[in-house]
Amino acid sequence: MQTLDQLKPGESGVIRSVGGQGALRRRLLEMGLTPGTRVMVQKTAPSGDPIEIHIRGYQLTLRKEDAAEIELLTGGTAQECARNRRRRGGCTA
Amino acid sequence: MSILIALAGNQNCGKTTLFNQLTGSSQHVGNFPGVTVEHKEGRIKGEKDMSVVDLPGIYSLSPYTPEEIVSRDFIIKQNPDAILNIVDATNLQRNLYLTLQLIELGHPMVIALNMMDEVRASGITIDIKKLSEELGVPVVPISAAKNQGVEELVEELRRVIKAHQLPKRTDFCEGEVHKALHAAKHLIEDHAAAAGYPARFAASKLIEGDAPLEEALELDESDKDILQHIIDQMEEGAGTDREAALADMRYQFIEQLYDDCVSQKSGTREMQRSVKIDRILTHKIWAIPIFIGIMGFIFYLTFGPIGGFLSGAFEEGIAFVTNAADTALTGAGVSLWMHSFVIDGVFTGVGTVLSFLPVILILFFFLSILEDSGYMARVAFVMDSSLRKIGLSGRSFVPMLIGFGCSVPAIMSARTLASERDRKLTILITPFMSCGAKVPIYALFTAAFFSQNQALVMISLYLLGIAVAILTGLLFKKTLFKGNPVPFVLELPAYRLPSPKSVLLHMWEKAKDFLVRAFTIIFLASIVIWFLQSFDFQFNFVTDNSQSILAGIGQAIAPVFAPLGFGNWQASTALITGLTAKETVISTLSVLTGGEQMLTTLFTPLSAYSFLSFVLLYMPCIAAVATTKRELGGKNAVLTIIYQTLAAWVVAFIIFQVGSLFLGG
Repeated sequence: MQTLDQLKPGESGVIRSVGGQGALRRRLLEMGLTPGTRVMVQKTAPSGDPIEIHIRGYQLTLRKEDAAEIELLTGGTAQECARNRRRRGGCTA
Repeated sequence: MSILIALAGNQNCGKTTLFNQLTGSSQHVGNFPGVTVEHKEGRIKGEKDMSVVDLPGIYSLSPYTPEEIVSRDFIIKQNPDAILNIVDATNLQRNLYLTLQLIELGHPMVIALNMMDEVRASGITIDIKKLSEELGVPVVPISAAKNQGVEELVEELRRVIKAHQLPKRTDFCEGEVHKALHAAKHLIEDHAAAAGYPARFAASKLIEGDAPLEEALELDESDKDILQHIIDQMEEGAGTDREAALADMRYQFIEQLYDDCVSQKSGTREMQRSVKIDRILTHKIWAIPIFIGIMGFIFYLTFGPIGGFLSGAFEEGIAFVTNAADTALTGAGVSLWMHSFVIDGVFTGVGTVLSFLPVILILFFFLSILEDSGYMARVAFVMDSSLRKIGLSGRSFVPMLIGFGCSVPAIMSARTLASERDRKLTILITPFMSCGAKVPIYALFTAAFFSQNQALVMISLYLLGIAVAILTGLLFKKTLFKGNPVPFVLELPAYRLPSPKSVLLHMWEKAKDFLVRAFTIIFLASIVIWFLQSFDFQFNFVTDNSQSILAGIGQAIAPVFAPLGFGNWQASTALITGLTAKETVISTLSVLTGGEQMLTTLFTPLSAYSFLSFVLLYMPCIAAVATTKRELGGKNAVLTIIYQTLAAWVVAFIIFQVGSLFLGG
C-alpha cells in the first residue's frame, strides 16, 4: 500500500485512509486530509523532511513519519473514488 | 447593557488585522485563566457599548489543545452576545470546518468573509447570498487589510444581536451520521442542559469522541451503553470510525457548498505568487543560507547601528537626568545614603528596565514582519528536522536564536509557539543560549587567563550552552514533557505584505507589556541589591562594598561553590549582583578584588573556566526571570530558575573536578 511519505515532489494521490491516533490523527482530519481527497506533494524541506503538501487549495507541512500514516489510492481506483466520492462518502476500496 | 462579541477564526485568516481594525488602540492583553493562552479584548471603534474578545486562532473545537478548549469554554461559559467568525475566502474549505462547529454552539453568529479583495482581483467570484443561505448565517464580505466592509460588518452584528438571530440550520449531513447525531442529541439533551452545553454541539462532540465533555455531562452507565451502541451502529453503517466519519461529514458538506458558490477552483494570484517565492525561500540549498542571512541582518540592525543609536540615546537621557538629580541632591545636602538610594538604587533600576527597550522594540518590529508576511512558518518548515530530536519543532528555532542576543525578547517571542508544552521547554532552554551581556565577562576572563586561545575558549562556551540546551531537551522529552507533543501539522500561508498598522501595534504591545509587567520586579530587585550592597548588618551605610550585607551573604554561600573551584566570597557576591544584569559581574569583581588585574589571585585557569561556564548557565538576569514569570506564571518561573542554576552547578562541578584530575588541580 502506498503512503503519502512515499510520493515524490510533484506527484499526487487520493487519500484512502488516515491512520495514527489521538491529537495527530484528529488534526490531520480537521486540516482536511479526509478519505477521498486529492493531495499533492509540493516539495520537501532541505533535509528531506518535513514535506509540503497541497490540499484543498492551500499548503500544509507535515513530518514524514506522520505522512506515513496516510494511505493513498493511486491510478484507476483513485479516479473512480474521487468521482464517486459525493455519492458514497469515504473511500473504503 | 453592553454587548460582548467573540471573534473566532483559523490562524492566518486575518483575525488579528480585523481585531485591530475593529478596536484600534483600545485593546488590552491578558491571559485566559489558568493557561498561557493570550486573551485580547477591546472596544469597537465608534460603538460605546460593543466590545470584542479575540479568541486564539484555531482550526477546530476539539479538546486537544488549550487554545481550542479555551475558545469553546469562553463561548459556552461567558455566553457572548454573538460569535463573529472570520473566514479566509482564499482558503474557504478549511476555514469553513471551524464554522460548522461554531454554528452548532447555537449562538447568534455573523461570518466575515475576509480577503475578498484578493479573491476579486484574481477573477474569482463567490456567491455570497447562496453561501449565506446554505449556512443559515449572515455572511459579510470584507477586506480587513484594506478596511473594506468592516462598518457593514458591525452593522450586521448589531442587527443579528438585536433580533437574537440564531443560525438557521445545524444539520449538515445525511445518512448514518445524521441518524447517530439525532439519536445522541435526544439521549443527552437533559444532561447537556444541566451542564450548560448546547445539546447539538454536545451530541456531535460525543459521537466524535471528546473525553472532557463526556465527563462534564455525567452520563450514567446505561446512557453510556446506548451512546456506545449508537456509535457502533454508525461506524458500521458508514464503514469508517467515528472521528473520520464526522470529519468526512463536515468536509462533504463543505465541498458541495464550495462547488455551488465558488466560480473558479484555481488558486488566487497570491497563492500562485507564494509558490514562486517559495522556490527561492524554501529552496533545497538556499533556504538555510537565506534564513541565516535574514536573521544576521536583523541581529546586525538590532544590536548594531539602530540598536546602538537608540541605546546610546537612552543612556544619555538617563545619564542627563541622573546628573541633574545628582547635582540637585548634593545641593540640597541630603544624607549620603539618601543620595546613594536615588542615584545608585532608583536611577540604576530604571536604567536597567529601559536598557531593554530598544532591543525589544527593534526585534519585535522585524519579528512581526516575519510573522505577518508568512515567512515564520517557512522557517519552521526548513528548520524542523534540526529541533525534532530534542522534542521541539521548527517553530522554536527563532526564539532560541534570539537568545544569543538577549533572553528577554527571546522568551517573549516564544508566545507564538503552537503548544504550551513547546512554549515551556523553549523558555526553559533559551537562556542557555549565551546572551550578549555575558560577552564582556568572557572577554575579561579569557584575556586574563587564556590570552593564547581567547577565541577558542569563547566558542567553546557558546557550544557548551547549546549542548546543555540539547541535553535538557532530551532529558525533559523523556520525563516531564513526556506524552504526545502537539502534532507538527502546520499551514504555510500565502505570503502577504504585513500591514504597517499591525506591525507597529504589535511592537508597541510588546514594549508596553514588558514595561508594565516587568518594571516592578526589575525595579524592586535593583533596589534590594542596592540595599544589600550599601548597608552592613547593623544597617549602617557603608561605602566599602566588602563590609556590606551582600558581601556577608557572598561569604555565607561561598562554600557552595568550593567544589566548583571558586569558593571565594568575591566570586559569589559577583554572581548575586550579576542577577540585575550579567555584565555587573565584572564591575563587582573588580571593585571587590581591587582591580581586574587581581583576578589571577582568585582564580586558576581551570576555576576561571568553571566560573565562566557557571555564569553562562545559571539563572538569567531579573529581567529575563520577570519575563518568564509573565509567560509561564510564578511557579513555573521558580522551577525554571532552580533547574537552570542546578544545571550550571552540575556542569561547572564536572568541569572543575574532571579538569582537576587531568591538570592535578
